Amino acid sequence: MRVAKEVRDDRTVLSIQEDRIDAHNSGELKDLVLKTLEGGTKNVVIDLARVQFIDSSGLGALLSGYKNASLRSSGFALAGLQPRVRSMFELTRLHRVFDIYPSLQLALSA
Amino acid sequence: MRWAVIEMCETFVNLDIVVPSQTRYLRLVGAIAEQLAKELDVQEDTRDTLAFHLNLALTEAVANAIQYSSAANSTDSVRICFSVEDAYLSVRVYDHGGGFDLAALPMPDFDELRERGRGIFFIRSVMDSVQYHKTDSGNVLEMRKKLA
Repeated sequence: MRVAKEVRDDRTVLSIQEDRIDAHNSGELKDLVLKTLEGGTKNVVIDLARVQFIDSSGLGALLSGYKNASLRSSGFALAGLQPRVRSMFELTRLHRVFDIYPSLQLALSA
Repeated sequence: MRWAVIEMCETFVNLDIVVPSQTRYLRLVGAIAEQLAKELDVQEDTRDTLAFHLNLALTEAVANAIQYSSAANSTDSVRICFSVEDAYLSVRVYDHGGGFDLAALPMPDFDELRERGRGIFFIRSVMDSVQYHKTDSGNVLEMRKKLA
């Protein structure tokens, strides 16, 4: 999975460079988020602006990140959800669980 | 990957696809599902949603089939059959694993933040009916969607 990692102030931004997250690459995403949290960052933002499609395994990888971040008292936010991606969160009511921002810019200024 | 286009009319009637039982083919399966939605006789304002829903249902169904098959045989393949009859699109996904009891699957508990167990829920959400049969030659997940 192609992901651009960038540290901005106290936040680590993981920008997903794929248009699709499914069972083929969701395991990589899960591992990457876990490694990022293990690296000591206290605030992770996942930029999903380029992602046009996510399946149940992709949601599972993000939930893994959310739960791991909570255990470590780290922030964990999602940004830039496209309509199809957002609908997956709404169907499973996960939009009430995650900290979601319309854009990376808004997530960083929060 | 093997393609077997059994019959193509002005509107396709039957299309069979066999892909290796590997997750790298999920993208292709999803793309085929989206392309099919462009070929089907549906109202223009519902086409994009149908494309997304077919992509999602096929991705989840084939990922399940791959997961079941991989335990049994890593060189297995997954067969997908599309057909249109009486304004219904029927999609059948065959697997050769141990199978499962669709009726016994609970609705996901939305308050419980489990990382797995939402695939069939998504399929049920976007398709009109879902059935799973165990047969002597393997198992088949059959999903139907009304095209009107």
